[in-house]
Amino acid sequence: MNSEPSEERDGTPVGRRVFLGTLGLGALGLVAAPTLQRGLEGVLGAVAGKDPTGLTGLLPNGGGFRYYSVAASVPHLNATDYHLKIGGLVDRPHTYTLADLRALPQTRLVKDVQCVTGWRVPGTPFEGVRLSDLLDAAGVRPGAKAIHFTCFDGTYTESLTLDQARRPDVLVALRMQDKDISHDHGGPVRLYVAPMYFYKSAKWLSGITVTDQVEPGYWERLGYDVDAWVGRSNGRTDEPTS
Amino acid sequence: MSLRADAPAPPGARVRRFSRAERWVHRTTAALMGICVVTAAILYISQLAVMVGRRELVVRVHECAGIALPVPVLLGLASRAFRTDLRFLNRFGPHDKVWLHAALVRDKRRGSRPAGKFNAGQKVYAAWIAGATLVMLGTGLLMWFTHLAPLVWRTSATFVHDWLALTIGVVLAGHVGMALGDPEARRGLRTGTVSREWAKREHPLWRP
Repeated sequence: MNSEPSEERDGTPVGRRVFLGTLGLGALGLVAAPTLQRGLEGVLGAVAGKDPTGLTGLLPNGGGFRYYSVAASVPHLNATDYHLKIGGLVDRPHTYTLADLRALPQTRLVKDVQCVTGWRVPGTPFEGVRLSDLLDAAGVRPGAKAIHFTCFDGTYTESLTLDQARRPDVLVALRMQDKDISHDHGGPVRLYVAPMYFYKSAKWLSGITVTDQVEPGYWERLGYDVDAWVGRSNGRTDEPTS
Repeated sequence: MSLRADAPAPPGARVRRFSRAERWVHRTTAALMGICVVTAAILYISQLAVMVGRRELVVRVHECAGIALPVPVLLGLASRAFRTDLRFLNRFGPHDKVWLHAALVRDKRRGSRPAGKFNAGQKVYAAWIAGATLVMLGTGLLMWFTHLAPLVWRTSATFVHDWLALTIGVVLAGHVGMALGDPEARRGLRTGTVSREWAKREHPLWRP
């Protein structure tokens, strides 16, 4: 053992180097992130497909959906107690049950889902009633400009302009990934706005109100873009989804 | 605890290791880091997110704890004892190289692990976690105030933030695990003093 090192006041400042080195690596990581991310998504995507434990799902960009809810708790509704109310500037306000919605013509779309926080799930099937069909059935009055969506979590809201809402790739979705939509994914009924970031696809949809102007939704009042086209909003350049 | 009496000092003699200010710096930093880790887990692990919900509140708590994380250390700079210990943590002597080498080859013999007030592992950890915390703070701010920077940066910041969070989680678990395995080290941070025995055994080159 050393005989007399009398404490290390005069040693090499390795601590400072490790500290600055970590900062430098962080900065380098920022610059290299787009490249690294593409590579990792490829590798993890391939691994996740064959991973029975689901552990890869816990890794960043490990693929799959992530659960976001803004409410403390969300009631579970099913065929007996679920209702979708259509009102506002329409001639024939109407309340649909789950059975009513299932009886209407269904449309199935298979497109990528893109979240504004970066994750993307390729080729996800959604199936449900075209929103435009419901609007036509209700008879939108002249002067109507937009739709305000409400949810039975009691908190979340969304919006679309009337033109956006009439697009054929906007559904009141009953099925996702060829299964009835589970509670965690916003079931039994959620909105599906294929060409926009996924926060527009409100979960737990319970109300469709036709309005004379756009009322920004929950995340939009917190700074997200109202017209949330994938790849053309929120400062992102993702591949469009629809 | 075995009290082998090969030390000349009376068994039970206590040595001052940390001042009150230093203990509070550690305590508050640990609490804030704990909040960051728990809220991060809630935001990140779907099962927990399903249980807790309230996403906006959890995000806000995470942001506040993250912003506050460096504050105790910055306030601690007012304390002379803390500054002195920072200098000890920064400076590496020849014995630290011996310690690191022994750690790399998993040599656990006392004689091959010479250490001053802090061993080389503690020094590397302190420097790295300080740097990592600032990287987390920087990338966190980029994700928070998205309109301050070119917006392409947000995805990059998220990427760095996520992977570094995972790394910090693992390293932090090691830090806590080692503390759990050494009650006297924990007593040092709780009461400020350690036994002379422990100091001699774990930090033979430390001259308190």
